[in-house]
Amino acid sequence: MVEFAVKVEDLVKRFGDFVAVDHIRFQVERGEIFGFLGPNGAGKSTTIRMLCGLLMPTSGKGKVAEFDLMKESEKIKQVIGYMSQKFSLYDDLTVTENLHFFGGIYGLSGPSQRQREKHVLEMIGLTELRDRITRTLPVGWKQRLALGCSILHEPSILFLDEPTSGVDPISRRNFWSLIQQMGEKNVTTFVTTHYMDEAEYCGRLALIYQGRIIALGTPSELKVKTLAQGLLEVECDPLIPALDLLKREPWVSEAAMFGDALHVIGREGVDLVQEVSRILADHGIHLKRIGWIRPSLEDVFVSLIEKEGER
Amino acid sequence: MKLSRTWAISKKELFHIYRDRRSLALVILMPAFLMLLFGYATTIDVKKVPMGALDRDRTQESLFFIQRFSASPYFSLRTFVQNEKEMTRLIDEGRVKMGLILPWDFSETIKAGNMASVQILVDGTDSNTANIILGYVQAVARQYTQEKTFEKVARLGTGHLQLPVEGRTRVWFNEDLESKNYFIPGLIAVIMSIIGVLLTGQVIVREWEKGTMELLISTPVQKGELMIGKLLPYFFLGLLDLSLAVCMAKWIFQVPLRGSVVLLFLLSSVYILTALALGMIISTVARTQLFANQMSMIIGFLPSFLLSGFTFSISNMPSWLQIITYTVAPRYYVTIVKEIFLKGVGFSFLWRETLVLSGMAAAGLWVVTLKFKKELR
Repeated sequence: MVEFAVKVEDLVKRFGDFVAVDHIRFQVERGEIFGFLGPNGAGKSTTIRMLCGLLMPTSGKGKVAEFDLMKESEKIKQVIGYMSQKFSLYDDLTVTENLHFFGGIYGLSGPSQRQREKHVLEMIGLTELRDRITRTLPVGWKQRLALGCSILHEPSILFLDEPTSGVDPISRRNFWSLIQQMGEKNVTTFVTTHYMDEAEYCGRLALIYQGRIIALGTPSELKVKTLAQGLLEVECDPLIPALDLLKREPWVSEAAMFGDALHVIGREGVDLVQEVSRILADHGIHLKRIGWIRPSLEDVFVSLIEKEGER
Repeated sequence: MKLSRTWAISKKELFHIYRDRRSLALVILMPAFLMLLFGYATTIDVKKVPMGALDRDRTQESLFFIQRFSASPYFSLRTFVQNEKEMTRLIDEGRVKMGLILPWDFSETIKAGNMASVQILVDGTDSNTANIILGYVQAVARQYTQEKTFEKVARLGTGHLQLPVEGRTRVWFNEDLESKNYFIPGLIAVIMSIIGVLLTGQVIVREWEKGTMELLISTPVQKGELMIGKLLPYFFLGLLDLSLAVCMAKWIFQVPLRGSVVLLFLLSSVYILTALALGMIISTVARTQLFANQMSMIIGFLPSFLLSGFTFSISNMPSWLQIITYTVAPRYYVTIVKEIFLKGVGFSFLWRETLVLSGMAAAGLWVVTLKFKKELR
């Protein structure tokens, strides 16, 4: 029994001069929901494709299940389920035909195949629609079918590449409850997303930016570690001059607009509430409310990326 | 290789074919359409050539000679003209293809026992037709001369004249020298070449272009299973097209099928595999469906049409081109179909062609599995 479902070290993927994935290193535990969070083009899909054996890494090493990433990609393919970013089922086939095809491809047959198909159809809630041509399904249902096709053969690791992009919020929530169900069955899920709210569902998260992992931990760890000083929310009027003002102060490490308020992070050892109140008053800006808040992942992410930019 | 996986692929392809009615119709109607088009268009029998006559002699004898032409199925006498200028105009305008000019002393010369000269004008714009017309003209003239000679000898009463040599020709395999009997079997081979390459020319590249290949290569499916699974449904479609073409040849074009139907289908199966494998190679190498389609048309059509011996006899080609023809599969298949149709030969005469085609099919599939990578490109 290997303790890790995925383990990579110094994984690199270059496309010509472009380094898509730059020496990343992480481990995914069995049964964990591991999130890969990052903006478009950060290297999320490239990483997941390397882990699924679809792209050969330029260098580095890694293991998926107990198989070597560089040498045993065909063995990896037997124990994983993959859902690609772009919908890639056959849209001229019906729901059942798609399920049946992938069941056959994964070597299922006979009564056990029928039983699995029935079970999966119920799980993804498409039993009623099983004879519909896939093309005619709404996006959210297509994604559920894609998930269904990838779990038919009961893989031990599931790789989902932006499974909910373009899906409405309710369908997204349904989808995540399915992923959590899989987690309860000790299936490891590796999921990429650029939705911050979804990242909260993950057991652990890796933040990836420009091909590098810039932070890794549970969502609350990330919040505490990154924004240890805390996050100050300031409501004032007018907003923009206040933002410009704060950005110029040396004791402010970060100031950003967030809705109709400002989020401010101070340097260590600064009494932020007092300083902010003072400077706004000096410049005749009306302060409506000021208070410490719990940072969201988005704050964490924005903060980390800004730090990266400074480096 | 797992049969269940191969079958899963085949079944999926069948669904694609079944759901895509337009392509299915195309696959079935295309051979029928090509058969009719080529079958009627490529006939090189020249019949009812429009002719004009300028009879300067105006005697019983000259009229009799002209009738020799007009009464035959090969010529149809359109008009008598008064002078050479008018004849030239008719030929220029394309209203007649052949002009017959008899001199004023035609009958006199013959009666005197001398050789009469007859002028024949042939429109040579279509050299093939012109050649055939010339052949007919000479045959008519020769026969006329022969008859006259016999008449003369009989009149002189010197007994019975025997020609020194008489060639008694008998044409084998295509007794009536009907060009369709020669063309249609070759046409079947050409059509199967085009259809075969076209059928599989899309199957791989389409999955890349639609994005479905990404998921497919993330599964444990093996390359061999994928290729064989994809090939099978199209193989049977190919057999369907073949049956259609053979039936049309036999019942619409009335081409005699002298050999064994079973042998024809068996050896054709080998060729269909070769053509499908070629299509697969195109589909594997091509990056877009459009490119694959164009390649399929060119690669499926040109060699089978030009280098197979279907339109142009291989033995008349320059030797370097003859060598090239050995590398194109249709060459062997054209031979197989023609031999079975017209000569009715058995396998003992065709094993070499079959062997070459089998080798080509195997090599083709080998190249496909070599070129296809279960990796994103």
